Amino acid sequence: MSQNQYIKPRAWTKKRGKDLLVDLFFYGLLLAISMTCLLPFVHIFAKSISQEAYVIANKIFLIPKGINFNAYKKVFQDASIVRSLYVSVIVTAAFTAIGTFLTISSAYALSRVQLKGRKFMTFLIMFTMYFTAGTIPDYLLMNNLNMLDTWWCMILPLSFAAYNFLIMKNNFKASIPDSLIESALIDGASHFKILSHIVVPLSKPIIATISLFYAVGRWNAYSDALFYIKQRVDLRPLQLKLYYLVVAASESFKAEGGTAVGQITNPEVLKASCIIFATLPIICIYPFVQRYFVQGTMIGAVKG
Amino acid sequence: MKRSETQRNPGSLNQSKKNGILRYLQRDWQLYVLMFLPMLFILVFKFLPYSGLSIAFKDYKVAKGYAGSEWVGFSIFQKVFGKRDFGQAVGNTLLLNVLDLVFGFPMPIILALILNEIKNRYFKSVVQTLLYLPHFLSWVIIGGIGYSLFSVSSGVVNVLIQNAGNSPIPFLQDNTWWLISYVLIGVWQSMGWGTIIYLAAITGVNSELYEAARVDGAGRLKQCLHVTIPCIRSTIVTLLIMNLGKLMGGSFERIYALANAKATEYTTTIPVLVYRWGIESGKFSEATALGLFQSVIGLALVIGADYIAKRLGEDGLI
Repeated sequence: MSQNQYIKPRAWTKKRGKDLLVDLFFYGLLLAISMTCLLPFVHIFAKSISQEAYVIANKIFLIPKGINFNAYKKVFQDASIVRSLYVSVIVTAAFTAIGTFLTISSAYALSRVQLKGRKFMTFLIMFTMYFTAGTIPDYLLMNNLNMLDTWWCMILPLSFAAYNFLIMKNNFKASIPDSLIESALIDGASHFKILSHIVVPLSKPIIATISLFYAVGRWNAYSDALFYIKQRVDLRPLQLKLYYLVVAASESFKAEGGTAVGQITNPEVLKASCIIFATLPIICIYPFVQRYFVQGTMIGAVKG
Repeated sequence: MKRSETQRNPGSLNQSKKNGILRYLQRDWQLYVLMFLPMLFILVFKFLPYSGLSIAFKDYKVAKGYAGSEWVGFSIFQKVFGKRDFGQAVGNTLLLNVLDLVFGFPMPIILALILNEIKNRYFKSVVQTLLYLPHFLSWVIIGGIGYSLFSVSSGVVNVLIQNAGNSPIPFLQDNTWWLISYVLIGVWQSMGWGTIIYLAAITGVNSELYEAARVDGAGRLKQCLHVTIPCIRSTIVTLLIMNLGKLMGGSFERIYALANAKATEYTTTIPVLVYRWGIESGKFSEATALGLFQSVIGLALVIGADYIAKRLGEDGLI
């Protein structure tokens, strides 16, 4: 990166030959390592759209054979899987909206130097990052609030994260000049107006980053649903459903609606299609959100 | 609470007369309004559970509630410390975290240094995109992929091994192999994402240093060893210390997604035991005591790590 090429044309020396070899080695190594991140998906995708017989005979590597989408039809016919996708979408949307709202308003208020009690409130928030009560007190709280087996137990408890607050606050401090806010105050604008008309429009990238942190975190987490959702099977989010189907294999696929397509019985094919089904939403948004994630992580590395 | 426009102005005459909290409330009431909901969330969902910690010192009965249950001092802790599961869980938690540190910590540094040597921008960005991907997947999906790839009978890796004429390896079904797979999958999941911080640090290295090194005849290896690494040393030390602070932590989701009935020796860690005792068996007092034990040690480690970092002249964590 920071090594500029020599300007003068170089002769084919021993050193240059060695350099080329080293380069080749590095390119090859990185290619191999990055393939370990790609090929598993190619393999599982190939498995999911191949004919069962080939999968049972362990004949599928990277290229599907006997392409068909029966396994996906079966996944979509299982009402409980579609339901879990619906639950995940609703929970993630509500969680992200609430989390982003709380983070923006607290980060703005606590980045105002004149606010009395600012240090104390910041301390209260940051303290929760280093010392948590733990699984059981959280569980008993949900129990006492009658939130076990409800939508709320997946939406409310984690929806304000100290780490995201820290990133947002640091970013407000660094990117929005105090003088701008002060002059708006002198012009008679209220803090609400400054927040909605100046700070938010100027901070779109960081807001996108934070809301993506919330959304992806919520989409991927399953332990709280495992703890809190016991009786209401219809409230299982996708990841938890996937856990029971694929990892614990304690549940089987139910094709509802009568029409049995293709008679797929091999669990490997169904598991593969389920994994792709659950991964696809992430893979689809991934190329667009990666940039925001990288930026957010770099801001997060600078401590408050 | 209704304020006219002029009174909100910090310099207004009206305010200089009042004093104390009331004055600040009057001046900044909008900011306090903004803080109301976030503080409510923090108090209800983070601080209210602290009161639940009291049951670690009580013989908690659900019917009696927090207040009605009897105080029993440290006898719950004595009971917990005496259990065989407890020693095993602490040992496993430390073992898994130490292995993660030993194998997982250097990997992002090495990768970042190699990525830094790549000059082709397109190749580099494609590789980075692929390397970051596992970070975005849930542990359930990674567990599912793991079983799909590594199962003895139908996993593609074992099919390849068998095709090459060797006997299959029980990657996830044998205790020792499970440990290896667990660590490798963890390294795989986090190595790409971990490079971001190091790459950012490398970008900050003054390019004149490289030029000076080249003039002195340093090759690529020497430039890396004597320029890049010393320049990102503080980042490395800070992250290392931060990771030392996490030695008693551990992701429940990662272990739970990779655990199975055939390889159970290393899967009993503190978070898993808390889940089993508390939520599966309803032994809330004991599970809370165990969780509290972990949190307190974790907090002590973080504070210790922060202290060491500051003593070494690095940025602290807190």
